Amino acid sequence: MNHALRRFESVLSANTPARVSFWVLVALYLAAIFAPWLAPYAGDDESRACSWAPPSTIHLRELDGSWHAPFVRAVSYSFDDDARRVWTEDSSCRFPIRFLVHGRLLGLDHPVVSPVVGRDAPTGRLYQQPGRPYEPAGRLYLLGADARGRDLFSRILYGSRVSLTIGVVGVAISTLIALVVGGIAGFAGGWVDGALMRLCEVVMLVPAFYLLMLLRAALPLDWDSRLVYFYIILILSFLGWAGLARILRGMIQSLRQSDFIAASRALGLSPWRNLWRHALPQTFGFLSVQATLSIPGYIVAESGLSLLGLGIQDPQTSWGNLLEESMSIAEIRLHPWSLLPGLFLFAAVLSWNLLGDALRDTFDPRSLS
Amino acid sequence: MSALLTVDRLGVSFATPDGPLHAVDGISFSLERGAVLGLVGESGCGKSATASALCGLLPPGARTAGSARLSGQELTSLSEPGWRSIRGRRISMVFQDPMSSLNPLLSVGEHLVETLRTHQDLSRAAARTAAVEWLRRVGIPDPEARLASCPHELSGGMRQRVMIALALCPGPDLLVADEPTTALDVTIQAQILDLLASLRRELGMAMIFITHDLGVVERVADRIAVMYAGRIAEEGPAEMILAAPRHPYTRGLLDSVPGFRPRTGRLPSIPGTVPSPRDWPSGCRFHPRCPDADSTCRESAPDAPGSDGGAACFHPVGSP
Repeated sequence: MNHALRRFESVLSANTPARVSFWVLVALYLAAIFAPWLAPYAGDDESRACSWAPPSTIHLRELDGSWHAPFVRAVSYSFDDDARRVWTEDSSCRFPIRFLVHGRLLGLDHPVVSPVVGRDAPTGRLYQQPGRPYEPAGRLYLLGADARGRDLFSRILYGSRVSLTIGVVGVAISTLIALVVGGIAGFAGGWVDGALMRLCEVVMLVPAFYLLMLLRAALPLDWDSRLVYFYIILILSFLGWAGLARILRGMIQSLRQSDFIAASRALGLSPWRNLWRHALPQTFGFLSVQATLSIPGYIVAESGLSLLGLGIQDPQTSWGNLLEESMSIAEIRLHPWSLLPGLFLFAAVLSWNLLGDALRDTFDPRSLS
Repeated sequence: MSALLTVDRLGVSFATPDGPLHAVDGISFSLERGAVLGLVGESGCGKSATASALCGLLPPGARTAGSARLSGQELTSLSEPGWRSIRGRRISMVFQDPMSSLNPLLSVGEHLVETLRTHQDLSRAAARTAAVEWLRRVGIPDPEARLASCPHELSGGMRQRVMIALALCPGPDLLVADEPTTALDVTIQAQILDLLASLRRELGMAMIFITHDLGVVERVADRIAVMYAGRIAEEGPAEMILAAPRHPYTRGLLDSVPGFRPRTGRLPSIPGTVPSPRDWPSGCRFHPRCPDADSTCRESAPDAPGSDGGAACFHPVGSP
């Protein structure tokens, strides 16, 4: 195993895209782990006054030309003749960006006010709390806001917890099933093999996406998102194991013919021990490549489901349901930043693929020196 | 002295779409406790099928006929669980290719500890100590350090020593060595042969030594059985077979070993190749390649050697 690690290191150092991918993935997963700390706002912290606010402009200079620490201004919008939002900054106020406030890495200074927004009848001005005059409230939108004024950057971070783990957990489960089924089929042979392989074929015949939609329709729609998350993982991995199990079965069958398996049989080892300790570990190189290369498929499948409203539901986030808001071209024209979750998705999927290629090079006997 | 292993008209056939293929066709021999039988023959004459049958390692679909009894226990009818009580602790095996007979992912120590603990109720630490002792016995230098080595870090000779330690550590009564030196170079061959011979004496174990190399069998065997085309052509004490072969096939084999018998001129060889089990020749199976064959040889098969040896031949060498 140390040997494989050393080889992987040398493959990474020779392969720049793979090395970049590796660090991109490390960064993404760290960001997912520390999301509550890195995100300036909670995922459901909304501000209706800032519906579809564009990414905040970060200023360093006041109007009079004096220099300050980075700050943002409160923004408000009016509509132009085509009913498009026109945003104006309130230059009377200044909200410095603070580090390590409210238990978060960065945020604004002012207390988070419970956002009740209305219009004061006599003056026609906005107020935040009934009876209190409108005070401009700055919000930090690094990547813009959504329709309800929630910070997209924070929501992408929270969404990554679903999108990035679903692939890893799903692949782990399906690989485990494939190991058990493929291992037993390959080692036992005979009717056991036949029965298990027919089962695999039946599973492979099922059109996965339609089955998922059917099952989702059959299950209660008001399920908690955590439950939906586990259900998506389970369904995806129960559909994903069959192909892998067939390949493993073939590998185990040919391994069974190999000399060292015959030798350990001749030394009196039990068939189970032979399978678990001698045959299956030989496939781990292939498995790690296969698993890495199939993680993107799971990420994309979850995104697809959530995009169609079958997976994670608002207010919980995943990259897929964040993209739901950018499904029409008109929305994309008006607020292009709503496509940004797709960029994260793209980065994660591409990185996993490139890393899988590097792993394949690691285990490729032809590249062994 | 009662025989350890009695093989009586043992046959091995493989199922093929064209009907059964008789790779071993009724061979008989017996082996005393602590004795060494050299099983000699060309490729394809059924040596390895015999070895596999004696270890229960025949592929699924292979069938055996006749009987093979180890201290009175019938082996041919054993089930897989039954074989597991035999393999290792009663009959153990050393394979031809030490390069591929060790699991490339496990260290030498893990191999030995696993095998020791399969057969004896040992703690991990005790098994480790025993493993070091076995590595020392098979002549591996610095055995403690070698425990952590992986197979690819060892030379072919070292690996075969490890294989021998693995095969002997359960304490078998019988060791089946299937061409254990064929894949090694000549100097290592001699070392491995000496090691096998001395350990065998030390442990009082019987051995079936399979080889195609008469020079090798001379060093280790008490008795020699020469196989040809699934049958035993000649059987007897090693020195008699090597000094005065009776079967023309044995003589041909001996003549084709350089320096074995004094001669001048070109090194002779046996014309032709071993026939396929698909179409064994009629009568004596050696007759198409035999210089002395006549019509009798073509029509009827000679009797197999009896329990005290002899040649299955109508016209043994040296007879009028």
